[in-house]
Amino acid sequence: MALQDYHDIIHRCFRCGYCKFPTNHIEANNCPAYARFRLESYSAGGRLWLIRAWMNNEIKGSERLARIVFSCTACRNCVERCPYRFGDEIVNMIVAAKNEMVEKGLVRSTVRTFLENVSKYGNPYGEPRESRLEWAEGSAIPQYNGHEYLYYVGCVGSYDTRARKATKTFGQILLRSGISFGTLGTEENCDGNEVGKLGEETLFQVLAEGNVQQFKDLGVSKIVTLSPHSYNAMKNEYPRYDGQFEVVHASQLLRDLVRSGKVDMSNGFNAKVTFHDPCFLGRWNDEYDAPRQVLRTIPGVTLVEMERYRSGALCCGGGAGNFGTDYLGGSEDSPARIRVREACATGARVLATACPVCLTMLDDALKAEELEDKLAVKDISEIVAEACLGKKASRRQ
Amino acid sequence: MDPISESLAGIVGQDYVSTEPEELYIYSRDLGTAEPHQADYVVAPKTAEEVQAIVKLANKEKIPVVPLGGGVSLTGIVMPLHGGIVLDLKRMDRIIEVNNRARYAVLEAGVSQGKLAAYLEKHHPNLIHSEPGAPPQATIGGNVVIHGQGDLALYGFNSDMVGAFEVVLPTGELCKIGSCSLSPYWFSRPPLPELGGLFLGWFGTTGIITKLALKLYPRRRMRDVEMFLVEDAALVPDVAYKLTHLEMAEDIVAWSQEVPPMHRGLHNINIVFSGDTEKELEFKREVICEDTLGEYVRTGDGGFVDLQPQMKGRILSRPQIDRVTADIKKGGGFEYVGAIIPVDTYPECWREGVEIAERHDIAYTLLGRVIGRCHAMMFSWTYAFNRADMASIQQARQALHESDELILKLGGVPWKPGIHAQKMIVDSMEPNTLKLMMKMKEVLDPNGIMNPGNWEVQ
Repeated sequence: MALQDYHDIIHRCFRCGYCKFPTNHIEANNCPAYARFRLESYSAGGRLWLIRAWMNNEIKGSERLARIVFSCTACRNCVERCPYRFGDEIVNMIVAAKNEMVEKGLVRSTVRTFLENVSKYGNPYGEPRESRLEWAEGSAIPQYNGHEYLYYVGCVGSYDTRARKATKTFGQILLRSGISFGTLGTEENCDGNEVGKLGEETLFQVLAEGNVQQFKDLGVSKIVTLSPHSYNAMKNEYPRYDGQFEVVHASQLLRDLVRSGKVDMSNGFNAKVTFHDPCFLGRWNDEYDAPRQVLRTIPGVTLVEMERYRSGALCCGGGAGNFGTDYLGGSEDSPARIRVREACATGARVLATACPVCLTMLDDALKAEELEDKLAVKDISEIVAEACLGKKASRRQ
Repeated sequence: MDPISESLAGIVGQDYVSTEPEELYIYSRDLGTAEPHQADYVVAPKTAEEVQAIVKLANKEKIPVVPLGGGVSLTGIVMPLHGGIVLDLKRMDRIIEVNNRARYAVLEAGVSQGKLAAYLEKHHPNLIHSEPGAPPQATIGGNVVIHGQGDLALYGFNSDMVGAFEVVLPTGELCKIGSCSLSPYWFSRPPLPELGGLFLGWFGTTGIITKLALKLYPRRRMRDVEMFLVEDAALVPDVAYKLTHLEMAEDIVAWSQEVPPMHRGLHNINIVFSGDTEKELEFKREVICEDTLGEYVRTGDGGFVDLQPQMKGRILSRPQIDRVTADIKKGGGFEYVGAIIPVDTYPECWREGVEIAERHDIAYTLLGRVIGRCHAMMFSWTYAFNRADMASIQQARQALHESDELILKLGGVPWKPGIHAQKMIVDSMEPNTLKLMMKMKEVLDPNGIMNPGNWEVQ
């Protein structure tokens, strides 16, 4: 919907501030942008008031306003917590404002570059398409050719150095489990989830339509992806473009593989582990259990929760393209840094997640916090792999 | 960048200072009906030392400083009426200590009510604080400087629950009030001469409380609520008197509202009580419901509402979630006028409140919370408005002003009064009292920089 379509509800935000809190109220900074800047303007309510002021010409469009609006990671904590009925529309209103800003050219160069790169190269990094499959080097991961599953990797899992390791690991688990799957290799294109949440609706449409057509041409019916962002786009958005596929997230498939005995984790993984809920898996798609079920099944894993978890989890700060535009970086109050400190406070030695974006954000934060000797950040597939590939099971992490 | 901004950035860091139109827009506006007043600077300090440095700078440059907590007082008392620096204290949100045995917590002033409630529930499940029924972002510091009350109103005002505290004076010195001025413990202000009264209730016009001890109370294992219903407003003070005689209910709140229509004309009295065992809880229920209020039931003057678990859950939730009031007009706005007033005035407060609401075509929302053992009542007249409709805002504003006048007429004192009510208070106040207040302010804040426009003689 266009921003004007929200004219009759945007003034209904009281700015009561519930949107800043997790479900258990343990902190007042569960909006990642508010956590970073701690000024009311960066809270969901402040943002709505400013967008309305902009609509009413009370303030001008500016780079600062764009920064405030685009720093929203679309984590949906505000939607989860808003006590009012219109709360379901908060993120949609912010995305509509982003859309208006994109169309009026009010966005910062980092957003422009992000979108241009996706448009030109099919990924936000501006990396050549030929590099998209480099993560698979040395593995026997096949090109999709009528397999049961399309393994859709996504941009971050394809290009980011840290995320590539998880991508490859998950692929190897699938190979060992005898799952019939293949990837699109260098033919894979951006899923568009971030593009849509950055307000570039037209580009999102082009990407969605292109992907849907490609999947159909190849006869894809089932998709598995490591990325909750891809999962969200394909499960919830692609049906609008006639893309009806059975989409599963890696954690869900891993859970099923474990249950059916196709993954042997008898080597175990002896460590206290805490789990960070990715927003596009949890708050967007209500999947909190699958990753935890996987972790609980691994011999040796002791799962402990952070103070903010499940629907109350603090976002890593990477959503809606912020992993690339980096509005929330550069501070000890960057949400990913807060999050790794919280993970450390649990006494866990491993911070597990199930999202390439979270993985890279949290891994970088770990280094910035100099906590590498206390904590390791891993995708759950990496923990599963270690448990079943027979790394030193007796090692205490 | 102007030199003041540069100095402020030097104190708190560039990220936490703004003179940009976006922040100035937000911090120049209250959530209620008050007209905007333009701020010049927005600053979010992290420590008392940073607050000190900011205040010293402001005092030197004679720039107003407006301390802001959760910003949900609604009456415009944290508006930069004379411009200057809005000091957002919410980054000062550390829970420093909980003394389990002496039942108090030492907190930075920007700790939110929600955070403290959640922290105690998780880490000190035997302790509870008086939660004001405001949104969770209301701060502990903000609540005590307005003499807030909460769901342990049996024990008095929340400002009665402040132990020792730390305050930055308007000239920048850090001052400790009470036991912490000479002891490592923050438990008490008595037996020292009472300096707390120079700061509590002053809306930050005499200094900025940066750290405080808050008294905590035993949290019983079980908490329950009964809702008693009467049609005759005149019975409410009688019911409250009888209930407070028992000293069993930790919170007694009478409320009456027009929306939804099933509540129209009725007085619902929430009676919250707790116990460590089922036996204790049932004993209290029996004494409250049968021995004490049973007579009203037998005469047909009152009855109990069969509360469903969901409704009980909502009443007992901490913080409470009000899903209705702010959006009655689908307009995202409400403001209320509160009074500290004798419980016996409930019928007049209610009757005239209904008339004011009717005059202004606003659904009435009226509430009286008993404080102490009927020592006082906080009565509130709430008016919803549509933020997108100026006529609706003006209508609510007029109703609020009429309610201010009603309070004084009935012998009450406006609570957390906005500028309109403050003027009425100082105009009505005994002159020597007013003179003393002004003298105190002048001594503490010689340059008049602290939240100017509040507690002033025009």
